[in-house]
Amino acid sequence: MQILQLKDTVNFMSYRKIAMVFSALLMIASIYSLATNKLNFGLDFTGGTLIEVGFQEAADLEKLRGVMKTNGFADAKVQFYGSSRDVVIRLGVREDVKAEMLGNEILAILEKSSGQKIDMRRIEFVGASVGDDLAEQGGLAMLTALICILIYVAFRFEWRFAVGSVVALFHDVLLTLGLFSVLQLEFDLTVLAAVLAVIGYSLNDTIVVSDRIRENFRKIRNSEAEEVINISLTQTLSRTFITSITTLLVLAALFFQGGALIHGFATALLFGVFVGTYSSIYVASLVALSLGISREDLIPEVIEKEGEDQEAMMP
Amino acid sequence: MLNKYPLWKTLMVAIIVALGALYATPNLYGESPAVQVSGLRGVQADTATLDSIRAQLKESNLTFDSISLENGQVLTRFNNTEDQLKARDVLDDNLGKQFSVALNLTPNTPEWLAAIGGSPMKLGLDLSGGVSFLIEVNMKEALNKAKTGMVGDFRGDLRNEKIRYRSVKEANDAVKVIFRKVEDLEAGQALLKKRYRDLLLTTDEDTLTLTAKMTKEKIKEIREYALDQNITIIRNRVNELGVAEPLVQRQGKKHIVIELPGVQDTATAKEILSATATIEFRLVDTEGDLSNALNGRVPANSILLRDKDGKPSLLKKRVMLTGDHIIDAKSGFDEYSRPQVNISLDSAGGSKMSSGTKSNIGKPMATVFIEYKSTDKKDAEGNLIFEKHQEIISVATIQSRLGKSFRITGSGSPAEARNLAILLRAGALVAPIAIVEERTVGPTLGAENVRLGFEAIMMGFGLVFIFMMVYYRAFGVVANLALGANLVLIVAVMSMLPGGAALTLPGMAGIVLTVGMAVDANVLIFERIREEIREGKTIQQAIHQGYDAAFSTIIDANITTLIAALILFAIGTGPVKGFAITLSIGILTSMFTSVVGTRAVVNAIWGGKRLDKLSI
Repeated sequence: MQILQLKDTVNFMSYRKIAMVFSALLMIASIYSLATNKLNFGLDFTGGTLIEVGFQEAADLEKLRGVMKTNGFADAKVQFYGSSRDVVIRLGVREDVKAEMLGNEILAILEKSSGQKIDMRRIEFVGASVGDDLAEQGGLAMLTALICILIYVAFRFEWRFAVGSVVALFHDVLLTLGLFSVLQLEFDLTVLAAVLAVIGYSLNDTIVVSDRIRENFRKIRNSEAEEVINISLTQTLSRTFITSITTLLVLAALFFQGGALIHGFATALLFGVFVGTYSSIYVASLVALSLGISREDLIPEVIEKEGEDQEAMMP
Repeated sequence: MLNKYPLWKTLMVAIIVALGALYATPNLYGESPAVQVSGLRGVQADTATLDSIRAQLKESNLTFDSISLENGQVLTRFNNTEDQLKARDVLDDNLGKQFSVALNLTPNTPEWLAAIGGSPMKLGLDLSGGVSFLIEVNMKEALNKAKTGMVGDFRGDLRNEKIRYRSVKEANDAVKVIFRKVEDLEAGQALLKKRYRDLLLTTDEDTLTLTAKMTKEKIKEIREYALDQNITIIRNRVNELGVAEPLVQRQGKKHIVIELPGVQDTATAKEILSATATIEFRLVDTEGDLSNALNGRVPANSILLRDKDGKPSLLKKRVMLTGDHIIDAKSGFDEYSRPQVNISLDSAGGSKMSSGTKSNIGKPMATVFIEYKSTDKKDAEGNLIFEKHQEIISVATIQSRLGKSFRITGSGSPAEARNLAILLRAGALVAPIAIVEERTVGPTLGAENVRLGFEAIMMGFGLVFIFMMVYYRAFGVVANLALGANLVLIVAVMSMLPGGAALTLPGMAGIVLTVGMAVDANVLIFERIREEIREGKTIQQAIHQGYDAAFSTIIDANITTLIAALILFAIGTGPVKGFAITLSIGILTSMFTSVVGTRAVVNAIWGGKRLDKLSI
């Protein structure tokens, strides 16, 4: 079976203006949203307390909010989580000395007020300083990942490819963050992990394409860089599609079957894989092309070391 | 010949996959409820403990599957949780305070598998249920305490050497001594330089000031000491909680991670972790009548306390010294190679000790351990009620007038001396601690997470399985075999990893993601083979070329993903680390199964034959 029956080389690069404008618009929109809406940071980053409880019957949110208010927790956010029997209550950071005991207090209040048996599903408490540390660490991790990858690709390929792939990664990460900002989805630690996995995936794609471009520069003589890139993209296109399909399949399984806790994670990866596939075709190769990639840059120089033979003979 | 593996290579693939399958099997056996009995404060459970447990269970008509003594712990397995809970209560009531009794789930790994090191995967707290705490040690306070100690020490030293000074004060990160005369300043500098090699001394002759700063090494040492010592205390307290397989681990420069699997009542856990334990030194009341005291007639200025074996002693009510003066305690041997504990006090403690022991040489002195234990009862406001628990840990004779540092001998075996040193250190908290993070997962959510994660893996696997079979036909089946082997290998590696690496919900997500991405290598190879066939190569050449050409691409692509995974591992905590672990393992095992593994199968089926068509 074959999904794509490509007889001729697709002229990808002829659409490059459209792709450039498209990507630029999306990136600007993401930056704008990140600047105005910001990210809806989860408990991991902001600090605070979260309690998830399971009721035996559907819960009455209004009543619960009332209960929280009368007990001095007017700022509590009460929401359903996954089903109408599961409720999540969130509290911001408090200056109280015994902040770590809030979860237990609220659980006791809920138990007293509802009269039915409540199932404690989870309690999370994160001190404000921990959240700050984490946000810093998270940003640092992303930066470190990008730099390490830049070095690796520059070492294995060529700096133009390295710049191309890092621009593509930046593009993917920015758009994924943009999506979370526009939709105001909660951004927690697992989502951060997903974003880093997106970096890994998108890079995977970019490397495959770059590898083929390098190979074709060596194989096909007397053709323009643009032509070689088009040929390479066409040749790898069906692989790009199939890998995206299998990855999207498992992510769909995770999205629908993984439960509420893993939803943000699956969303980030689903979107990231989508964008990553696009960026490996357009962003990475386009940047390498714009930077003036040519055959000479990719043909390995043959260096003959003086005295090489002698060295080999030494014991 | 093209596309033929030498026999050893095929065998190697088969053996690795078989070994993987073998070490993955412990996960199929499930767990049974058990009760774990372990000794507290250096006491070890032995065969006598085992016999007594057996006897007590028999007396209460409780049947058990097996009972065994491992690493100083007695583990009793039961058929059902009902018997397990009853047994816990019986043992808790009868075994006494030297033992902690904890509920546990023990894997039913068959003996022959356990003998070759097989064990099931460890589940993270988000899957097994339980609580994890992140505790922060207040380092500023630790350094402040050290500085306050310095002020006292300097005063004492200068006074002893009769060097006159105007004042000794703490100033920011240093201690300042102001003198009256230049000669005193110089004498003081010489003295302090000799005594404290780990301090940086600077002098200013205009203001007659000597500034003493701690060296970086000294500061580091204080911080390390505060952290290590708090870990010791917390470990002791966690043992008191009666939790099976708790984890107390240092994280970074000032944090301690505590994981308590199966604990639901986090309020109690928190109270106990942040409770204080301390040490006191008291003189033994040698004049009072012990037997009278035992009958309830305790002299007015004395108290009756017991040691851990229940042996009573009558002690003076007046406390000679409290434990917060202890700076350090180390175990060692005296000149007759008898075990001893060397104790260092701060200067205030030193003068108290000195005046307290001056007139009591030759008399016995007792070291008392005081701890506030939760009673599981709550007062009217809902706070836990704590019970003061006092125990004599040693009685020793005062040999001479004691000062800032002294030693306690007669504490028994070297192991007991070591424990005493730990307890003495543990008694005096160098730095206060605070709980900065808590994550509790209830048992229902844990079980639900396991189910959801497992279903997601199966569903993802099934979808990819069908897709590959439809798209690549026979070769798709080969890729699916590799995918299955990959899952088995991931489980096997996860099972064999020591301690820290547990399977978490994000870890399961990592496995799902690996399933999707692992076939990428095969897609690369298969697409390449198709291309080569289209270009008119012979089938055998196409297979050979396909594998060869795709190889470097696969390596590059996987290494970059591995970089991302490793960075995630380095910065992540708990669940995120779990994701990084399964992702990294998955990348490594998938490279093996999808390149070497599929090649072995492909070579065995199609290799070296004359073929016109390929089912790809």
